[in-house]
Amino acid sequence: MPKLYSGAEIVFKCLEDQNVSHIFGYPGGAVLPIYDELKNFNSIKHILVRHEQGAGHAAEGYARSTGKPGVLLVTSGPGATNAVTALTDAYMDSVPLVCITGQVPTHLIGTDAFQECDTTGITRPCTKHNWLVKDVNDLAEIMHKAFEVATTGRPGPVLVDIPKDIQFQKAKYKNYKNNKKLNGKSHDNYSQKNIDELINLISKAKKPIFYTGGGVINSGTKASELLRELVYATGFPITSTLQGLGCFPADDNQFLGMLGMHGTYEANNAMYSCDLMINVGARFDDRITGKIDEFSPKSKKVHIDIDPSSINKNVKVDLAIVGDIKSVLMTTLKTFKKSKKNFSKSNKSQISNWWEQIQKWRSKRSLDYIGSEETIKPQYAIERLYELTKDKDTYITTEVGQHQMWAAQHYKFNKPNRWMTSGGLGTMGYGLPAAVGVQIAHPKKLVIDIAGEASVLMTMQEMSTAVQYNLPIKIFILNNEYMGMVRQWQELLHDKNYSESYTAALPDFVKMAQAYGCVGIRAKTPEELDDKIIEMLNTDRPVIFDCLVDKEENCFPMIPSGKPHNQMLLGPKDQKEKKITGKGRTLV
Amino acid sequence: MANSKSAYSFAGKKQKSDTHIIVVWVDNEAGVLARVVGLFSGRGYNIESLAVAEVDQKQNISRITIVTTGTPQVVNQIKLQLKKLVPVHKVADFKREDKNVIFKEMALFKFVANNGKLNKAFEACKDFNPVILDKTNKSNVIQITALRREIDTMSKNLKKFGLVSVSRTGAVAMTRGSEIFK
Repeated sequence: MPKLYSGAEIVFKCLEDQNVSHIFGYPGGAVLPIYDELKNFNSIKHILVRHEQGAGHAAEGYARSTGKPGVLLVTSGPGATNAVTALTDAYMDSVPLVCITGQVPTHLIGTDAFQECDTTGITRPCTKHNWLVKDVNDLAEIMHKAFEVATTGRPGPVLVDIPKDIQFQKAKYKNYKNNKKLNGKSHDNYSQKNIDELINLISKAKKPIFYTGGGVINSGTKASELLRELVYATGFPITSTLQGLGCFPADDNQFLGMLGMHGTYEANNAMYSCDLMINVGARFDDRITGKIDEFSPKSKKVHIDIDPSSINKNVKVDLAIVGDIKSVLMTTLKTFKKSKKNFSKSNKSQISNWWEQIQKWRSKRSLDYIGSEETIKPQYAIERLYELTKDKDTYITTEVGQHQMWAAQHYKFNKPNRWMTSGGLGTMGYGLPAAVGVQIAHPKKLVIDIAGEASVLMTMQEMSTAVQYNLPIKIFILNNEYMGMVRQWQELLHDKNYSESYTAALPDFVKMAQAYGCVGIRAKTPEELDDKIIEMLNTDRPVIFDCLVDKEENCFPMIPSGKPHNQMLLGPKDQKEKKITGKGRTLV
Repeated sequence: MANSKSAYSFAGKKQKSDTHIIVVWVDNEAGVLARVVGLFSGRGYNIESLAVAEVDQKQNISRITIVTTGTPQVVNQIKLQLKKLVPVHKVADFKREDKNVIFKEMALFKFVANNGKLNKAFEACKDFNPVILDKTNKSNVIQITALRREIDTMSKNLKKFGLVSVSRTGAVAMTRGSEIFK
């Protein structure tokens, strides 16, 4: 007779077979049987967080820095609802997560039992799929299917809700067989004809641009290599979304910087004026397109994406190629090399005017700011941080707000999976727990959370996790005492009515660090900044770095939304001439 | 639009809306209808009518028929988003004007009136395959099958014959001829 396993054991056997080495979680009544089994599975290490949202973001950081799915384990009721923000964040940014939740015993479901909630109901719109396990005999198959759904196609979060009685019940364990197709949902759905068409467009273009996004990173490191190869082979300029940073080296001359609301002048103007736009794994988000009706009016648009529902959702495209980026790029390169030898040389004259125009835009130096000797400018802080860490293989996470945009603008990423930020949902409090997850996955690497003081307070409790597991994460806080991005919009759009955007009673972050049992460092002047950063880098423990920056610095350039790409606000000098008035105010 | 307090950009130019019938084949499992309906409400799509029942007991397949209106872009999104749901097997989309597709709704009418009016009521229904399901000396229940708009008109016009209660299904659809939707 085959051996019978309890539901709790089956959960871990599945995790083992899926090569899961770390799970992030928090125990509670409805998951106790699973926690009880933990001791019998040595290959799986549990990281105890301080709040379930932290477990979710840590699992996201883990997933995005490794390309493997992140796993979290939380209890029923509040455990599940606390994880909802992280699940939604992962859903928006296509991060593969498997969330295991406990549920009250089957016979109590629907009775408003203690710590009961309709977990599958609540998480239905923020997961790719979820399951309530009603029979222990289905558990193994559901667990394995959960991993498959999370990691295939456009990745995303899934949730498995396991009632407590199911965790005790026994069943046979069936190992995973990777032969059942998920309702025939295949992902590559393009033909050689599509590729030929793309190459035809490439060879005709006079003002081309690559517009790349997080899909390239989700497709694996090979996809980034292929992208580089294609971009070099064509000689075309390339811009990237927030999530795509790192798939093409930021210090390369062909890279125009990030595009979108806080993108560079050259990237946004090139998007507006191009005649061929090749979207690789991006999704025409509203922070990218600005006013849809005037979005890149004269271009042929090509969209390469694994998710068919991303095609023609916001912007109508001329050529859609549905498939995994890696596979599409590989086929494209193969065909391209065969039919267009020495293309970049022969094509040089065709796009030379275009490059000249781009250089003109570049000469505006839209990321410049007015430096200061007395106060630390936030942009300067990021620049120094970059200069002092660029020789290390550094992983950067961020919170959400001005600091996030400055980090995206001034920190130069050269490799994929080194940049973890909440783009779609814009979750303040993402960066600290994400840094925990990244450091768990890469114990020897330098992990920095570029933070704002308001954001980081939302999940500050996870410092305790970092201390418990000796994770030497560095929390680099650009402290301006304001919710900076809110303050900026209020300054530009609401007549400087700084309604509730100033935090009057901030904690002393250095003392806070000491209270958590880690190291606190404060930098007050530009003069001492470098030394303090070096001190931080030389500390092999978690550090909270309180960088006191200019309180009223704004993040430029900026496209007020509702405006097309060619109507940007540049820095303080340019701003006087182009004040946002009347109509524009409501559009941001 | 200029007064919109939205944090987002202008809504673009509106295209023309059409009525479409979307047929979805799904695994008949707990929560599947909530997934489909939740997708519609969550993304702001519109449902005019809905009909759902299991059609294959062996393979546990249910067929959901949804009548919706939307611009071509929205209808395209509806199809693509539905196809992404794990329990969804296939999705078909028909325009209401499509001559190759049969659409039918069923309605039950209860009349309370004298015999003369009840007879007139039945007479008035005669174009729509009326069946008398129940009859007493002062009431009857008539089943008809027709198009949505026809049932709308009927339930208005039959008031005068003592119509007191209407119960109706959502539309179901099937293609004409020997072909089936794959």
